[in-house]
Amino acid sequence: MPRNAIEIDHVSKRYLLGEHHGAHGTLRDTLTAGARRMLGRDPARVEEVWSLRDVTLAVPEGQALGVIGRNGAGKSTLLKVVTRITEPTSGIARTRGRVGSLLEVGTGFHPELTGRENVYLNGAILGMSRREIGRRFDDIAEFSGVQRFLETPVKRYSSGMYLRLAFAVAAHLDSEIMAIDEVLAVGDAEFQRKCLGKMGALESEGRTVVFVSHNLDAIARLCGTAVWLERGRVEAYGPTGEVITAYLAAGITRAAEVEFADQPTEAVALRSATLRDPAGKPAVMLDRDRPFTIEARFTVREPVPGLDITVFVESLRGARVLDEAWSETAPDLRGSPGDYVARITVPPLLAVGDYAAGLWIGSAYETYVYEEDVLRFRLEGGTKGRADRVLQLGLAWDVERVHGAEPVAAEQIG
Amino acid sequence: MHDSPGTALPYEEVAAEATGEWIENRPSSGARALRLGELWSYRELVLFLALRDIKARYKQALFGLLWSVVQPVAGVVVLTLVFRRLAGVPSDGTPYPVFALLGFLLWSYFAGSLGNASASLVANVSLVTKVYFARLVTPIAALVPGLIHLAIGLVVLAVLMPFYDVAPGWEAVFLPVCLIGAMVVALGAGLLLATLNVKYRDVGQVLGFLTQLWFLATPVAYPSSLVAEEWRWAYALNPMTGVIDLARWSLFGRPEPGGYLAVSALSALVFLAAGLLYFQRTERQFADVI
Repeated sequence: MPRNAIEIDHVSKRYLLGEHHGAHGTLRDTLTAGARRMLGRDPARVEEVWSLRDVTLAVPEGQALGVIGRNGAGKSTLLKVVTRITEPTSGIARTRGRVGSLLEVGTGFHPELTGRENVYLNGAILGMSRREIGRRFDDIAEFSGVQRFLETPVKRYSSGMYLRLAFAVAAHLDSEIMAIDEVLAVGDAEFQRKCLGKMGALESEGRTVVFVSHNLDAIARLCGTAVWLERGRVEAYGPTGEVITAYLAAGITRAAEVEFADQPTEAVALRSATLRDPAGKPAVMLDRDRPFTIEARFTVREPVPGLDITVFVESLRGARVLDEAWSETAPDLRGSPGDYVARITVPPLLAVGDYAAGLWIGSAYETYVYEEDVLRFRLEGGTKGRADRVLQLGLAWDVERVHGAEPVAAEQIG
Repeated sequence: MHDSPGTALPYEEVAAEATGEWIENRPSSGARALRLGELWSYRELVLFLALRDIKARYKQALFGLLWSVVQPVAGVVVLTLVFRRLAGVPSDGTPYPVFALLGFLLWSYFAGSLGNASASLVANVSLVTKVYFARLVTPIAALVPGLIHLAIGLVVLAVLMPFYDVAPGWEAVFLPVCLIGAMVVALGAGLLLATLNVKYRDVGQVLGFLTQLWFLATPVAYPSSLVAEEWRWAYALNPMTGVIDLARWSLFGRPEPGGYLAVSALSALVFLAAGLLYFQRTERQFADVI
């Protein structure tokens, strides 16, 4: 039994959201809040958010732990506690060995500096010594595939090149523990494959990995154990397969209709989102063989040129199956003020299973509404859902028997 | 990948690595010890951050280093016209242009570094929120880029001095002490402001005003001997007074250093201690608040 490389011991983390703890607090806010408190008026509204609550877990040396959960479940906070970027409010996190944090690709990259200069800078930021980077420089350059542009300022790079170079540095970080947050969500498919391969190699090199991702398939492939966080608490912790199954099963808290509080100050406000069956009734259990409708009601208060609305549907494994924009079929959009009802009807395309739908409303310049995961529903049908299948198109087969075992042959044996 | 284990682990983990000890992350309470060992292990990062700022600053600048010559020269021309010609300010027997240039160079270095240090955490938000490192690294790195400016300015001064028939004596060996003094004061005040800046973004606005007042309370354009004797000790509480007086003594032989210098030195150390204390107390929360 290998000893532990990471121990998280009853860790809780509280964030304070409120007037004078906000990110853009000013001195005036603090002074007025203080004055109000002295006068006995309502003290500054300080909202507590527990990002982690009494989390206890351990990762043995050389193993990979996957962290899953919805947005805001505390996954990133857990990484920040492991990497010591932030301290816990209570409890202790212990690590053994050097910890590399890959919470963001290309931290500290400066656009004016060349690729080579940024490799050294980024390496130093991630904790590599100059000698170490020098020794690995050729590997890094080769892995990134941008060797020819190493003397070019990175501001002239395409975003793909930039990310490749940045990931290449991170991938060559030689620390005992790696904390990785969603960095694979970058680059083209080919590069993603390369990154996944590199990450798979980490564990076999005996490094300890903590990996946060929405991509359950990647977690399943890379991590032996997983923890599922739900509003800061450990909901499940154990072998990855079991945790993912439990997570997927719990995704079925369905909602057919969600109403939103009006936001009178916003130029555009979402009022409600609804799933309707073919009869027009709100429903969460839908027939896979019949179309269903996603409906959004919203209010436009100020003219928004080029107003657009997008509906997207994701499988619970995180694959975006549909992403339909109004502008794709109605080119002349006007965002004149008024109340709107937007409907989109999805034909029977999707396979049996659980899905989540989200909404975006905005223009080319601004996002007014972005609600991931507002509606959750299940498609049911006669055919049994197959794991990993998202589309079921009932495509016709064309099968011809061109050559086969002849019945005559059977007779001959007899 | 571990080709030679243990050869290139630059950080405090070196010790932990050797013994396999735990590195703990637990709630901090009160003042923390100044972890100089850890800071030392991050010395390369200081260098790289400083280099980044220097390169970024000069890469796109058309005049590049020439700017470092033009700025102090233009500054001194203005000071000479206003303070010498209009106001008839004395200069302790040293030709006014070199007298003012030395003050101006040190002041510019100080004010520039103070500004950089104050903004250093906010300017490196992604570093603070995405990577662990000794947070003191960023304000310290902010002290470095200004040194280039200062060095070029001192070359200009060295060229001008024979022209005004001023030659330094043995006292010139004390010039580096002045430089260290300016760095200590800039770091001390910079740490206070940088820490405040994390939480309150109005620090940027306060800084300009503060620097202006501070400039007037420092013998840059005038000699400290103008200040009435009974106020000199209070005047010396401004540590930059001691820094600039000492610099003038080291290059021009005047004014004679006295007890006021000790007041300035003490005040500089108090600044540094206060800055370090406040910074250290708060640094574990930077990532949460910034």
